[in-house]
Amino acid sequence: MALISAFDVLGPNMIGPSSSHTAGASSIAYLAWKMAGGNIKKVKFILYGSFAETYKGHGTDKALLGGILGFKTDDTRIRDSFAIAEERGVEFAFEINETETDIHPNTVDIFIETEEGRALDIRGESVGGGKCRIVRIDGVPVDFTGEYSAAIVVQKDMPGVIKHIASAVSDRDINIAFMRLFREGKHERAYTIVETDGTLPDDLKDAILDNQYVEDVMIVQI
Amino acid sequence: MDFKKAAEMLALCDSNNMTISQVMKQRECHVFETTEEEIVTRMEQAWQIMKDSATEPTTKAVKSMGGLIGGEAKKLTDHRLAQKSILGDVVNKAITYSMAVLEVNTSMGLIVASPTAGSAGVLPGVMLALQEEYNIPDDGIIDGLFNASAIGYLAMQNATIAGAVGGCQAEIGVAAAMAASAATELMGGTPLQCTYAASTVLMNMLGLICDPVLGLVEYPCQNRNASGAANALIAAEMALAGITQMIPLDEMLECMYNVGKRLPAEFRETAKGGCATTPTACALCKSK
Repeated sequence: MALISAFDVLGPNMIGPSSSHTAGASSIAYLAWKMAGGNIKKVKFILYGSFAETYKGHGTDKALLGGILGFKTDDTRIRDSFAIAEERGVEFAFEINETETDIHPNTVDIFIETEEGRALDIRGESVGGGKCRIVRIDGVPVDFTGEYSAAIVVQKDMPGVIKHIASAVSDRDINIAFMRLFREGKHERAYTIVETDGTLPDDLKDAILDNQYVEDVMIVQI
Repeated sequence: MDFKKAAEMLALCDSNNMTISQVMKQRECHVFETTEEEIVTRMEQAWQIMKDSATEPTTKAVKSMGGLIGGEAKKLTDHRLAQKSILGDVVNKAITYSMAVLEVNTSMGLIVASPTAGSAGVLPGVMLALQEEYNIPDDGIIDGLFNASAIGYLAMQNATIAGAVGGCQAEIGVAAAMAASAATELMGGTPLQCTYAASTVLMNMLGLICDPVLGLVEYPCQNRNASGAANALIAAEMALAGITQMIPLDEMLECMYNVGKRLPAEFRETAKGGCATTPTACALCKSK
């Protein structure tokens, strides 16, 4: 079990009404926004399980859209996220999936297109008390929480890439909290997720990108 | 300085001649490598949010998103101001403020989950009522919040605070146990008396189910925040009067957890039993 702080008990500071259906939902979308790393042009949310059943009464839809606009769980703009999204010209849609049930009860899939032309497909789970996990990126199962600053590296599964990433991180005197590799298959596309203590320096992304097998780097700064 | 059980916490209080809030602050600084200044500032921010959410609906009714509640805090305030309260100011204020927080919560307002969103009213309600009635300065209340967080931490560490796991006794029950302990310290009780108060609440709310109408954190949740606040004050009063409890807090937490795990799924936040399946609630489901 992770260490429990006084602020895990008295917290999060959040827009109500539900830590799992509102705060957890906005946290998933906020992480997705950070991962997309650009201006959102279009977004589609697919809600599963309890999210699908009770999303309206819990403001799950407003919270998700708020998160994708870059609002944190305690940002009162979440209430007006529909109007703000329209104002900003962000296209959004919500769909319900009630057929897939073999899944965490509070799951959402987020399909993002940015102005810069990036497409990203993320699955998140709201696991209680406002905490969440990202469990899939572009179809590949992954697992990270967003409680730590993270570099998410999209790469080809080839020898030496991990060493390259680890060097780029250690060269900048960053302490790694967790580092895990998730791959589609041998020599296929893979994701390395490096979760670290403290914040990540600006030049880390380019340093990691400087390798023939690295396709992309997403930085999630906490 | 760290502890995992109430007995260890009490031993630390005893050997260092400290209150529960002091021990909890030291644990926080030690375990999370931070400073007292930093955690106090963070707690002050939480207290400000708590106060705002506890008071705004007392003058202006706030309608919930699901439409099941709204305006209760103002009614209770008007009732008190009309000199009609049968509870007296402390208890009236405690239940008023705790219901107010739920109005704010259910209308997508800003609250502090304490320990959950559905039970967010209990602790601010009790703290603010005591602050106003006994002129307790903010730094005293901040200590109270650290005391409360110690009890909530013990519940998270050794039992549960999730309604889906342990029913409402794990949410309102734990929130009220936290508030009872904090109230006891604020009003001059010893660390042991704080844990008596927390034990008493868990005992008195043991078995309480989670059965939200329409599956929303509104009804009966808001009523139960008021009930939790009153229960906390009852337990604190008993502890301060010198009444001891034979079952220690560690055992009461384990007991609450065991009862929670044995509750049928219908009574754990699924909206498939209890108040949620009364004919009136069912008729409401069909009309929505």
